[in-house]
Amino acid sequence: MSEKQADRRDAAELRDVFTGEPLDLRPGSDDCYKCSTCDTECPVAEVDDDFPGPKFQGPEQWRLKRKEDQDIDDSIMSCSNCMRCDSVCPSDVPLSGMHNTARGEYVEEEMSKFSREYIRNRILANYGRLAPLGAKFPRLANFVMGLSVTKTVYEKLLGIAGEREFPAFAEQTFTDWWEERGGNAASKKRAERNRGEEESDDKRVAYFHGDYSNFNTPEVAKSMVRVYEEFGYEVVVPEQRCSGTPMFANGMLDDAKRAAKFNIETFAALVEQGYDVICSCTSCSMALRQEYPELYSFDGTAKVAANTYEALEFLRINEDLDGALADASVPESEFGSLAYHAPCHARNQGLDGQAVELLSALDGTDPVDVGDSCSGISGTYGWKEEKYDTSMKIGEEMFEHMEDTEGETGMTECPTCAMQMNHGTGYDIRHPLEVLDAALVS
Amino acid sequence: MAIEDDVVVVGGGIAGMATALSAAREGAQVRLLSHKESTLRHASGLIDVLGYADGLVADPFEAISGLPEEHPYRTVGEEGIRDGLDLLDSVTDYAGGHTDRNALVPTFGGRIKPTARYPKTSASGLASDDRDSLLVGFETVVDFDAPLAAERLSADVPFDARGVTVAFLGDFRTDARITRLAHALDENERIERTRNGISTSLPARTALAERVKPHLGDAERVGFPAMLGEERPGEVIASLEAELGADVFEVPMGPPSLPGMRLETAFHDALKDEGVRTTSGNPVVDFEGGDELEAVVVERNGAEIPFYGDQFVLATGGLVGKGIDSTRERVSEPIFDCHVPAPEDRYDWSDPEAFGEHSFARFGVETDDELRVLDADGEPEFDNLRAAGGVLGGYDFAAEKSGSGVSLSTGVVAGRIASEQVNVNP
Repeated sequence: MSEKQADRRDAAELRDVFTGEPLDLRPGSDDCYKCSTCDTECPVAEVDDDFPGPKFQGPEQWRLKRKEDQDIDDSIMSCSNCMRCDSVCPSDVPLSGMHNTARGEYVEEEMSKFSREYIRNRILANYGRLAPLGAKFPRLANFVMGLSVTKTVYEKLLGIAGEREFPAFAEQTFTDWWEERGGNAASKKRAERNRGEEESDDKRVAYFHGDYSNFNTPEVAKSMVRVYEEFGYEVVVPEQRCSGTPMFANGMLDDAKRAAKFNIETFAALVEQGYDVICSCTSCSMALRQEYPELYSFDGTAKVAANTYEALEFLRINEDLDGALADASVPESEFGSLAYHAPCHARNQGLDGQAVELLSALDGTDPVDVGDSCSGISGTYGWKEEKYDTSMKIGEEMFEHMEDTEGETGMTECPTCAMQMNHGTGYDIRHPLEVLDAALVS
Repeated sequence: MAIEDDVVVVGGGIAGMATALSAAREGAQVRLLSHKESTLRHASGLIDVLGYADGLVADPFEAISGLPEEHPYRTVGEEGIRDGLDLLDSVTDYAGGHTDRNALVPTFGGRIKPTARYPKTSASGLASDDRDSLLVGFETVVDFDAPLAAERLSADVPFDARGVTVAFLGDFRTDARITRLAHALDENERIERTRNGISTSLPARTALAERVKPHLGDAERVGFPAMLGEERPGEVIASLEAELGADVFEVPMGPPSLPGMRLETAFHDALKDEGVRTTSGNPVVDFEGGDELEAVVVERNGAEIPFYGDQFVLATGGLVGKGIDSTRERVSEPIFDCHVPAPEDRYDWSDPEAFGEHSFARFGVETDDELRVLDADGEPEFDNLRAAGGVLGGYDFAAEKSGSGVSLSTGVVAGRIASEQVNVNP
């Protein structure tokens, strides 16, 4: 080799030219080659000509921010955090992570803490902190929340879309039901009984139910428990906080961090003891799996992410769910043709085909996928007065496809998608776990 | 006890989708695993079989026998290529099937691309047609410089090509997505226009035709960047042709490519019709099994999800698609660590000349006649693992313009054999 060649080789050896800089979003920004695929996939940009799209909100804004006098653009608050951009980027740019960071910075530095928007967003993001109040007096709360005067006050005072129906509080929360039923000890007994002689060591799961199935749709959580026990799993229900999804989406990163820390500590300890973490809400599993490890480095964060599963997914991997369903049936009058919508957050976890695939083999129901559009509500997004129209426009395609199905029942894993589906079509919306419960347990 | 299918295909591009369709049509239950959404929106939408081999190729089928022994076309043969094109024709309504000869399609850079199949929306633009052409670009669609493209084109074609840049209609954002503009044409949205203080509104297609008319001159056909609708391009083109009194065609563009997206939709519909189960969003990173492959493992943020199958096809793409990886020490196939031949000294991987004979362009796995992936000793890596598309070595898709053709033909053949092999040795 000539000296010149040797020099050239030496010069070409890999070196880190950014040494000394703290870990930042530069790699994500550098990996973006501006193909704009994310922009073509963004449901908000699809209906809102003023929204600059995920490429701007992520890598471009990050680059702009290198100049010291650049503020985060307020359009970041129009991102609905559906995270669809993540699943199309061919270059693995952590778009939603960049959006979460930018939104947090915008809220922290540019939004007045006394503004109506901030107060409203804080309330929406912290639904789990307020819900216990309503859940204490469900009838009264449901009555008051259903009054048109309440809606008017909320709309005028807080900017919460008056068109929306507040979700009703359940008469009994899931956790109250759980305690009344005998808690973890009772679950252990039931699981043992169902298992018969089988070894038990690895049949233990910790349930992350989330706030919504606790306060509003406990039937979903109860189904989870019954189905898992039927397969011989001991379920534990530890104390937990909101997964953080609505907090990320509203840029309330301090609130999210506190909740995440609590959840990670709680569930990491259980994972350590051999439990897997099961979620019934796909946004909760998304938070535990993706957002936590992207944003936090508490002890156990990665361990929790690696051991968290969506409820059907876990059974599918570990049990003969196909076989069980092939021999079972559900009443056609109750389920029939289910208009299934795959939540965006399920899509990101590769779970969008799962429910239809599984339940197609079940007698008494014929689930139909209503297509890959976004429902438009994106958690708290569609609750905001100024976002309501956008939210409904995004949902239009889904509503139409739902109307095309034979029956009048829908199905989805996400509680807010379910709200939107019901709001747009009047359909009754079920969770796949409820179908499993009806097929295999009840 | 698990997620299980007959044939598991890894990779969601043209090769993977062709494999999955082919296997499903032969009767297998197929699972298609794709890391992300398909990369077809990065593709021109043209289906090349063989454009160049020692110069421009007029008839790809006549040129195959002259290709080197290790070229995938030598493995699947003319029949495999024809089967691949038949599969494409069953999925799309592309033009070009009437002849074996290559069509010459003008590109957005003003060059001519030899290709085997092309969307009907580009049919009036062929360079073999000698009618004078007007190319129309839009101020905000900066990837397509119509006057420059026309100037370059004029040097190579037997007709007069002119180019003009006009403003798109209405008051869309300067950086409006190309899909947004296509959508306006799809829906024929009404576009506001103010002239002399009087505001009128016109349907988008009419408004576009009005804008182009003053530039039409003697041109008998008009080319636009490929954004004439996402869902109803045929309708948009027919409306424009009626208004302009001239033929209208699309010039294929870079990402995000509408012809690529339309092709993706056509494939997705076909996959759905055939009952193929698609799982996307996360990468395949590992496998289970010994001589026989039992499962591939998908990683979801640390959790590992096995997908069991009887037969497997690797269709993960080449160096660009991440199906082939390299470090400074070696070239590898990241999931199974299949053998990928490469010169030991990495300075031999490339040629000093930009358009020289690059060895890296041909990196990929080797297979036997049945597309089973081979190890360094020429023995199958696994009894039930085949490969299709860009992950195959022995050809340079970029220089040859053979990417889609190799993907379709090897996909069809790999899918068919995989399906035939299901339950052969229960």
